[in-house]
Amino acid sequence: MPATTKTNSQLLINGILNENPIFRLALSMCPAVGISTTVMNGLLLGIAVLFVQVFSSCTISVIKNYIHPRIRIPTYTLTIATWVTVIDLVLAAYMPAAYKEMGIFVKLIVAFAIITMRLEMFACKNPVPASFWDGVGMGLGFMFAMMTLGFVRELLGMGTLFGYDILGFKPLLFFVLPAAGFFCVGIMMAVFNYVELAYNRKKKG
Amino acid sequence: MKIFKREYLILSILAVLGLALLGGCKPEHRFIKKTAFKDTNAIVITFADRVDEAWAKNTANYSIYEKPDPDIKLKIDRVSLSPDKRTVVLAFKEDLNRDQPHILTISEITSGGKSLGTALVKVKKLYFGYLFSILIGAMIIHNFVFTKYLGLCVFFGTSQKKSTAVGMGITFTIVIVFSAMMAWFLYQFVLKPYRLDFLQIVVFIGLVSLSVQAVDTILRKVNPALFKAFGVYLVLVIANCIVIAVPLLLADNEYNGWESLMLAFGAGIGFLIALFLMSSVRERLDLANVPPTYRGLPIAFVVAGLFALAFMGFSGMSIF
Repeated sequence: MPATTKTNSQLLINGILNENPIFRLALSMCPAVGISTTVMNGLLLGIAVLFVQVFSSCTISVIKNYIHPRIRIPTYTLTIATWVTVIDLVLAAYMPAAYKEMGIFVKLIVAFAIITMRLEMFACKNPVPASFWDGVGMGLGFMFAMMTLGFVRELLGMGTLFGYDILGFKPLLFFVLPAAGFFCVGIMMAVFNYVELAYNRKKKG
Repeated sequence: MKIFKREYLILSILAVLGLALLGGCKPEHRFIKKTAFKDTNAIVITFADRVDEAWAKNTANYSIYEKPDPDIKLKIDRVSLSPDKRTVVLAFKEDLNRDQPHILTISEITSGGKSLGTALVKVKKLYFGYLFSILIGAMIIHNFVFTKYLGLCVFFGTSQKKSTAVGMGITFTIVIVFSAMMAWFLYQFVLKPYRLDFLQIVVFIGLVSLSVQAVDTILRKVNPALFKAFGVYLVLVIANCIVIAVPLLLADNEYNGWESLMLAFGAGIGFLIALFLMSSVRERLDLANVPPTYRGLPIAFVVAGLFALAFMGFSGMSIF
């Protein structure tokens, strides 16, 4: 793939809608199912992923000419691991309560396929500004997906948003249960598919 | 050839002995034969000989706490002595957390009028039972896929056909046992003594890639047929978060060698079980009439949700 011709805003939108990491590319689904029980969790993990994605993309983009092609994957992994360690320590120090709730998932950002994939597909072939915007788009797309899931699950499960009481009752306690994460992701994917099918039909007809 | 084999045998025996020693059998007070949990709120202490009744009935002679928090002493409700004066039962007001080892201090044990000194003993569940419960726990009760939601990318990617699922499961089990044991060793003997534990993410991910590469190379040379069957799955193992989650869990819980082995093995087999169940359903789903918007991944997610609901039935179960 040659250097991208897309403008920065196109790169941003691309990450959020066309190539949304969770709903479209179906990557990094563990956190989407595991800790999307509240909007706040989604937001925090989203910020962590955004941070790691942007910084690793920029790092790789800066040093891309010095990496030997045969050791590029280990280089990516180590870069990501370094930035994950940074965000892990920062969160543990400044937000201990939220960090505890997210448990092992912050450390597991290191194994999220989406970050490695963007480094391999995009950052190692494009200049720093484009990589930066691509990273921001992907990070925001992830955050958007996590918050949508958190929104649905928190509102339906507990009747609250960001911990504030909205409905005053609990419509479907089932959605707080961990197993409901699978159902939510499945249904959201189906919605995205439906929109795509309808859009294509409209374009044809 | 024969000599080589004998050396092999000796080496493996040494390795097993070493691991057994690491498993931790500390010498305890010789007058105390056995300590064990009884029911939910009692501890039984068996002495080697008769103890004095006046000493044994005094609750002030016993003090007990859970190993992680030495400041919190547990309240002993009453002490009862058996007729043969060799067994003491300590009853507690609240239920004991049997998953934690308890440290029991018995001061000034008195037998036949003379003091035998103070004893510090550890009360814990039967060790093999404990190991077994770790294994079953990682395999079914806390199944990594259905109750911890890890490794989903690979789970959905390789569960389309039964043969693929089994191949992936077996490869994964081999790699995870290999890498978790190395990670445990490195964490306990290098990272922790030198206070480098903040490097654990970097080190563990490096180790995982390394062990995948090692298994790849060894398998290619030693058993080409097996490599042909399972080689394709090796690359996918790196993308699986369970393989990095297990070393992190080992480090967090401070497991010893045997416990680590059980957890890693259980995680591998648990993943194999999950893959097998899922692939059996998905093979039949191919024949079903699924609405177009749900085809592919969405319906797979719904099926996984149903499995997760079923696995919730195991939660809270405890063995031994």
